[in-house]
Amino acid sequence: MAFESLEQIVQVCQKKSVSFAEAVILEDQNDRLVTREATMQQMQHIWESMLEAGRSYDENRMSTSGLVGGDGGRMARYAETGNTLCGDRMSRVISQALQMGESNACMKRIVAAPTAGACGVLPAVLIPLFKESEEKHNAPAETDFVLSLFVAAGIGQVIATRASIAGASGGCQAEIGSSSAMAAGALVFLRGGRCDAILQAVAMSLKNLLGLVCDPVSGLVEVPCVKRNVIGAVNAMSAADMALAGIKSAIPADQVIDAMKEVGDLMDVSLRETGRGGLAATKRAIEISKKVQNISQ
Amino acid sequence: MNIYDILGPVMVGPSSSHTAGAVRIGLISRRLLGAPPVQADISLSGSFAATGAGHGTDRALIAGLLGMQPDDTRIPDSFSSAAEAGLTFTFHKINLKDAHPNTAVLRVSSANGRTLEIQAASLGGGRILVNRLDGIRVNFSGDAPTLIVHNLDKPGYVAEVTSVLSRGGINIATMQLYRNYRGGYAVMVVETDQNVPEESIEFLRQLDGVTKVTYLAAD
Repeated sequence: MAFESLEQIVQVCQKKSVSFAEAVILEDQNDRLVTREATMQQMQHIWESMLEAGRSYDENRMSTSGLVGGDGGRMARYAETGNTLCGDRMSRVISQALQMGESNACMKRIVAAPTAGACGVLPAVLIPLFKESEEKHNAPAETDFVLSLFVAAGIGQVIATRASIAGASGGCQAEIGSSSAMAAGALVFLRGGRCDAILQAVAMSLKNLLGLVCDPVSGLVEVPCVKRNVIGAVNAMSAADMALAGIKSAIPADQVIDAMKEVGDLMDVSLRETGRGGLAATKRAIEISKKVQNISQ
Repeated sequence: MNIYDILGPVMVGPSSSHTAGAVRIGLISRRLLGAPPVQADISLSGSFAATGAGHGTDRALIAGLLGMQPDDTRIPDSFSSAAEAGLTFTFHKINLKDAHPNTAVLRVSSANGRTLEIQAASLGGGRILVNRLDGIRVNFSGDAPTLIVHNLDKPGYVAEVTSVLSRGGINIATMQLYRNYRGGYAVMVVETDQNVPEESIEFLRQLDGVTKVTYLAAD
């Protein structure tokens, strides 16, 4: 059986004196009757697929609707000026989030994390750090990045069990919110934060995106999804930094997840991936929808 | 849900529920049919109907029916692959009550005359659930080895199936029984921890009153 709460994971960490990642690995071994080597290999494949998806970005490619494409390249060039408001690292995070979101909208191969619409958040925070680590001594090794994916997966699993990771059930908070919480936890782990700090990062990142609705224009995973990957990634970075600074969430992580479920249940169906409410119902969105339908006919 | 349902699948975009899940619904339909489909009549309900075209749900379902996996880069062009493979298809919109928001109903047939009607839902993250099989309500994902036995609703069939599995050293994970009405037509869905050997399946096929045995090996 998978973990039903993040507290349960922390209890395993304490009882067995293992890291958050190892607790998730042990549970996966029990759950699927696989060896440590097998699950490590499988996660290595996920990691490599993420890196490959990052490399395969093509800034000249537009989605079929013509709504998205090219912004990841635009942001990357701006980041290279070295004169951004967010600073070099955060600008690369933003650029990577846009690139992955655009690749997904253009029907390229990506890694759902936890969903395709939110596939940009984890790689956006991990790939820039990985590239930095390749150029630095005393930086996290590639294995640490693979281990951080177990942390992310464990967090996502608890969210899926207690709430939902589907926009159609819980709105965008269930997709970008979940991926942001997963990314925040992974970042704290990579920086050597303790289990409790991981939970604080999860709680703070998810709280900040509670209530986010799923209102895709013309029903496509394009607007606002691509740019929502940016807020998911930036939010994960700030939540992780707060947790590493020793800042705590007043509401425990598991209860934030439960609140997310409640908010999702209360959310009107027009705001849950039906493309009928929110941004999707704006005047401009309706004009866009008419154009898009002409393209597909 | 295991950790690779969370990180993964590696898939062609843009939507895990509307694209990857749809490929899997197509694939499981093909596997349950037990032969390449030549005709498919597909109805989309809920969010599948509202936003399916923009997510490539239609192309994804056809890709799955053609045997493609969710990471197959040919998915965007599956309609032309269907023409080459001799698969004709139609799409409709329906409004199913009490169904998951992302639901499809497929009526498929093969060249050798096999037919199948399946209702399945895409739950998010690429995971799916089969809700109906040939008109009878069921509940399975196809992730574990799954044995599906259609039989007349008479005493003894559950005992036959469990003893065949027991003799083969197969552990039953879940077991569900459904029927359309008393004394009518029944379906048994058995999820197992180990793969079921071919001879056990063949034995069940030979039983009097068993109308159909379908087996899905683990992916």
